[in-house]
Amino acid sequence: MGKIEDLEVINGEGYQLTTLDKAVALARSNSVWPLPFATSCCGIEFMATMGSTYDLSRFGMERMSFTPRQSDLLIVAGTISKKLAPVLQKVYEQMAEPKWVLSVGACASSGGIFDTYSVLQGIDRIIPVDVYVPGCPPRPEQIIDGVMNIHRLVKHEPMRRRYSEEYRHLLGNYEIEVTNADNDK
Amino acid sequence: MTNNTLLDALQVELGSKIITSEVLYDTLVIEISPSEAFDVVELLKNDAALSFNFLTLIGAVHYPEEKGRELCVVYHLHSWKNAIRLRIKSYLSQDNPSIKSLTPLFDGANWQERETFDFFGIQFEGHPNMTRILNMEEMDYHPMLKQYHLEDGTREDKDDRFFGR
Repeated sequence: MGKIEDLEVINGEGYQLTTLDKAVALARSNSVWPLPFATSCCGIEFMATMGSTYDLSRFGMERMSFTPRQSDLLIVAGTISKKLAPVLQKVYEQMAEPKWVLSVGACASSGGIFDTYSVLQGIDRIIPVDVYVPGCPPRPEQIIDGVMNIHRLVKHEPMRRRYSEEYRHLLGNYEIEVTNADNDK
Repeated sequence: MTNNTLLDALQVELGSKIITSEVLYDTLVIEISPSEAFDVVELLKNDAALSFNFLTLIGAVHYPEEKGRELCVVYHLHSWKNAIRLRIKSYLSQDNPSIKSLTPLFDGANWQERETFDFFGIQFEGHPNMTRILNMEEMDYHPMLKQYHLEDGTREDKDDRFFGR
């Protein structure tokens, strides 16, 4: 076994110890399956990020999941109209815990140039966002930086967080129920 | 066929139904009263010589200062046979903006009429499904009407902290 990055370990003769929390978080952070929710030009930049030049698969993310049930990271790239907002929220609700959200570009983060009646002024009005990527559209390097920040969050998230009262409260702000709330009883 | 020969032919076919006519941006524009618009389009479509067989566009314009004829429905017709286009305008009052639907003549009118209803509130009588098409269904106004300002200062869905307004 080689060196384990960012992981506190105790090395002994023939064994290595760490906490389950950290081992699981490390595994999760290196296998974040993204669900691309791409609606416009940011989606094109995201496709470049996936492609061979920038290559998201270096980070264990080559498997784009086009079903919310089997994905960990919702990548919203592009303008979300108010008509589409309930669809996006439903997709988020259908994802299994633990789940993260990356908001790519000005439109997804704030409505961008579309300061108008038909466009949702930022997806954080309907779902909680973990990392925002600025830019109109952002370059693939910026999107990768956002993804690295997501990995950092995943790596340091305690396993109990998704069962906590704070998390339930957070989703309650968006009128979303925590799907695994019963599991901790 | 040129705009002049087309106008001559239309005057023979339609006579006094043509309220005004002019050539704008190389296209002949005629005004028809809204009660006759359907019949005129039907006649132009079925006429063997003119053969306006293609409905390019249905749209609308709002002229709030012209009392009694605030809303203008615009039809763009195209005759493939004669390779010429024609614009037909019909003016409606904002109190009761309704006009007969073209869906019995052109299936392509269906979504375009829904869009015109969505943005201008014009009712197309006889349309099979007169509902909004682009905006969210909960919307309770027709946003392209000019009484709504381009910048709405009363809006609360924009977070002004980031935009310095």
